Amino acid sequence: MALTKVTTGTIADDSIQSLKNRNLVINGAMQVAQRGTSQAGITGPAQFVVDRMRTGFTLGTGAYTLNHSTNAPDGFANSYHIDVTTAMTLGGASDGCGMVQLLEGQDLQHIKKGTADAESLTLSFWIKSTKTGTYIAELYDFDNARHISKSYTVNSSNTWEKKEITFPGDTTGSLDNDNLASFGLLLFFSAGTNYTSGTLNTSWGSNVTANRAVGQVNALDSTSNDIYITGVQLEVGDVATPFEHKVFSDELARCMRYFEAEVPTWGTPRSSDNVIHSPGYFKVQKRSTPTMTLVLDTYSKNPSIQKVNADYYVTYVTGTASTSLDATFDADAEL
Amino acid sequence: MNEMNIESAQYAVDIDGNNLNIIAVINGVTMFVPFDPANRHYAAIMEMVDAGELTIAEADV
Repeated sequence: MALTKVTTGTIADDSIQSLKNRNLVINGAMQVAQRGTSQAGITGPAQFVVDRMRTGFTLGTGAYTLNHSTNAPDGFANSYHIDVTTAMTLGGASDGCGMVQLLEGQDLQHIKKGTADAESLTLSFWIKSTKTGTYIAELYDFDNARHISKSYTVNSSNTWEKKEITFPGDTTGSLDNDNLASFGLLLFFSAGTNYTSGTLNTSWGSNVTANRAVGQVNALDSTSNDIYITGVQLEVGDVATPFEHKVFSDELARCMRYFEAEVPTWGTPRSSDNVIHSPGYFKVQKRSTPTMTLVLDTYSKNPSIQKVNADYYVTYVTGTASTSLDATFDADAEL
Repeated sequence: MNEMNIESAQYAVDIDGNNLNIIAVINGVTMFVPFDPANRHYAAIMEMVDAGELTIAEADV
């Protein structure tokens, strides 16, 4: 069988570069959920179930359950799911809720924000929501307090719909080249008057809170309401390309930069003083020094953290009896 | 963006009295928070400290 040689003249190098890792969103297919499959009774502060997908803002009087769902459109296995358990009434002007992913500035230098050549960005995603009407998607530049919002419509209740939105490039305000939160993608589910009393800011501009989510329906106003989202892709250019599916192990490793569940620690006491020191390495280097939370302590040794950085950790137990340490911590380096 | 309910914060020290981290109760969960400005929990704690809304307690020795 004759073989055809593929030359660099056949496929432009620039095209190869742009097709690989083009999705700026991590875990867009909602494959990874290290914290578990469900968390119920959420009433306020930002929470995660699906990795990297923060559900944020204040919630007024509402409550909800977050799920890692298997309800998904063709070609996807999972979705982010918010299930309203107490209807949200927008009692306060600052009430609101949405799904957020924050991104590091050092991963976004190629969008050339703040230059004359700033790239446009196209967002695509699947949504299935009980509440029809106008929804708001927003890009937020935290380094320069700038934002842009676009509206889209959920046309049919409880039906998977694919949405595509293009945002123009921003020639003002470059992103810091560091590991901090420079950029946010926000999908609003509800918004109080602090976010809706102005005119929707459909061009890049300095932050005016009142212009961020004008027209957003309250999709959390009934316990009958559910919202499912998956296939979230944010890419350079004016065209939404097919979703860039990744193998699970690759996506898990990307998520572990921000959160690693159940890192183990074990050991036996020194005979001289009954102290236990136990070092361990993270599977993936963390974005920053993580917060460590004890989640399992088999022998009730109540270990503490003696040292931790982006690469490794050391736990310790003092004044212990002769039994062993067998425990796990969650490591959180989220943005 | 970092909505958190920080209920308490206390320094943890090693056997020589050096500060190791902050033991904080955030959203009802006890956490070991490192002294890293890039860590969102530490940033939130220091934001409250700077605003006079939180005092980090001295370590138990």
